[in-house]
Amino acid sequence: MNLRRALFAAFVAASVVATACGGAGGGGASPSGAKPAVIVGSTNFYEQLTLGELYGQILEANGYTVTRKFNLGNREIVEPAIESGQIDIDAEYLATLLAFIDKDGKIAKPTTDPKETQTGLQKALDGKGLTVLDFAAATDQNGFVVTKDTASSKNLKKISDLAPIGATLVLGGPPECPQRPFCALGLKNTYGITFKDFKPLDTGGPLTITALDGKQIDVGLLFTSDPSIVAKNFVLLDDDKHLQLADNIAPVVRNALLQKDDGTIKRLLNSISAKLTQAELNDMNKQVAVDKADSKAVAAAWLKKQGLIK
Amino acid sequence: MSLLGEVARWFADPEHWQGPHGIPVRVLEHLELSVLAVTVALVIAAPIALYLGHTGRGGFIAINVANIGRALPSLALLALGLVIAIALGLGLGFWPTMFALVPLAIPPIMTNVYVAVREVDRDIVDAARGMGFSEGEILREIEIPLGLPLMLAGIRTAAVNVVATATLGALVAGGALGRFIVDGLALREFDQLVAGAILVAILAIVTELTFTALERASRSPGMAAIR
Repeated sequence: MNLRRALFAAFVAASVVATACGGAGGGGASPSGAKPAVIVGSTNFYEQLTLGELYGQILEANGYTVTRKFNLGNREIVEPAIESGQIDIDAEYLATLLAFIDKDGKIAKPTTDPKETQTGLQKALDGKGLTVLDFAAATDQNGFVVTKDTASSKNLKKISDLAPIGATLVLGGPPECPQRPFCALGLKNTYGITFKDFKPLDTGGPLTITALDGKQIDVGLLFTSDPSIVAKNFVLLDDDKHLQLADNIAPVVRNALLQKDDGTIKRLLNSISAKLTQAELNDMNKQVAVDKADSKAVAAAWLKKQGLIK
Repeated sequence: MSLLGEVARWFADPEHWQGPHGIPVRVLEHLELSVLAVTVALVIAAPIALYLGHTGRGGFIAINVANIGRALPSLALLALGLVIAIALGLGLGFWPTMFALVPLAIPPIMTNVYVAVREVDRDIVDAARGMGFSEGEILREIEIPLGLPLMLAGIRTAAVNVVATATLGALVAGGALGRFIVDGLALREFDQLVAGAILVAILAIVTELTFTALERASRSPGMAAIR
C-alpha cells in the first residue's frame, strides 16, 4: 500500500511538473537579449503544412525556439487562435483573409491587385493586433474542377458554363463552402449558379478527389496550386468573372511577438516571401501531395536551395 | 444558457425538418446504417457462436474475439476502411463506415449468444437428447428460446454502440446524424452540433429501451419462476 501510494504521488508530481513545463514554454516574457519563443500554426491542408515548416525552420535556423501547432482545422478555428495568442504566426492568403475578417466589406474590399488588397487587409488587422508581412508572388485560390469526361460531355471550359446546368450538378467541397464568399456563396452571387446539392467533404483533399473520380460529385473544389489537378487529368474551370481575387501568400504575425523581437523575425519571413514564386510553390506541393514526400524535408530542401538556411 | 436557447431555436426552425439534409432524412439514414451493420454482424457472429456454444468447444475463441473487438478503435477502422474502399473503387461514406461498424457490433453478439447457449441447464439438454431430439432440434427448440433474453441483451449492446458510433460516417463524406455534428464543428455552428448530439443520444436511448422491452417479452413464463 505504501509503495502504491508513493508511486501514485510520484506520478501526480511528474504530471504537474510536465504540465508546468509545457505551459511556460509558450510565451512567457524573455530576458533581454534572448529570442522570444514562437508558435507557428497552420490550417488543415498539405500546402499549409509546407508553409508552416518554411516559417518554422527559418526561425529555428536563426536561434528561435519554435513550437509547431499544425493542422488545427479550418480558418474558423485558426483565425481566432492567432487573435487570442494561442499561435503567433500563420500563412494566409490576402484576399480570402480580408473577406473573412471583414465580411461586409466595411473596412476594405479585396481586389485583384495584391498591393491594394494587402493595404486593405492590414487596415482590417489593425484592430486585432496582427500584422501581415510581405506577400509572395505565389498565390493559391479556390479552383472549381470537373473530370475530363464531365468537361467534354457538358462542354465546360469556364465557370459561367455551369450556370445553365447548375441544377443538375452536385458540388463538393469543405463543409464551410456554402458560407464562403469565394466558394458556393460566391458562385451564387457572382455567377448565378445554384447547385442541385452540396456534399461536405474535405479541404481540397483525398475525399474531394475520390468523390470526383467516383462521380459522387460533378464539380469539386480544389486549390489552384494543387498538383492533383494535372496528375488526375481534371479540368480547372476558368474564373472568367474573376470571383477569386488576389490570394497571394503572406505570413500574418501577432504584434505582441514582433514587439518582443528586434526585427529579425520580420526580416526572415519576408526573405521567404521574396523567393516564393508560383512555380516554386507548385513544385513543393507536387512533392508533398503527389510524390508523398515529407513536408518537413521538402521545406528544408527548398530553404537550403534558396540559400536561406545552411 | 444561451446555447440551449440557440439549440431550441435550431429545432424549432422548420427548414431543418425538410429536404435531403433535414432531420427526418438524416435519422432515416442513421437507422439504415445501424440496422444494416447489426444485421451483418448478426449473420456473421450468431451462427459461429451458436455452434461453439452448443458443442461447448472454442469458448476461448468466442470470448477473445469479444475482447479484441472491443479494443479495436472505431476511428482507426474507419480510416482503414476508407483506404480500402478507395482502392476498391467503392466510394466514400457507406462502405468505410460499415467497415468500422460491423467489427464493433460483432463482439457483444458473439459473447452473449455463446454464453446464452452454454448457460442453458444441461439437465434440460440431456433430457431432450434422451427423448430423441436431434442436435439441431435441441438448438432450435430449447437452447435458443431459453437463451433468447441474453442473446437479445447482446444485440442490444451492439445496437446501442453502433447507433452511437455511426456518427463517424460523416467524417468520410457519409450522411446520417453525424453530419450535424461534423458540419456544426467545421462551421462553428454549435447549435447544430449540440442538436445533432442530442438526436444521436435520443436515438441511442430509444434503441436501448426497445431492446429491453424485447428482452422482457422473450423471457418464457416458465423460466420466470426459476430465475
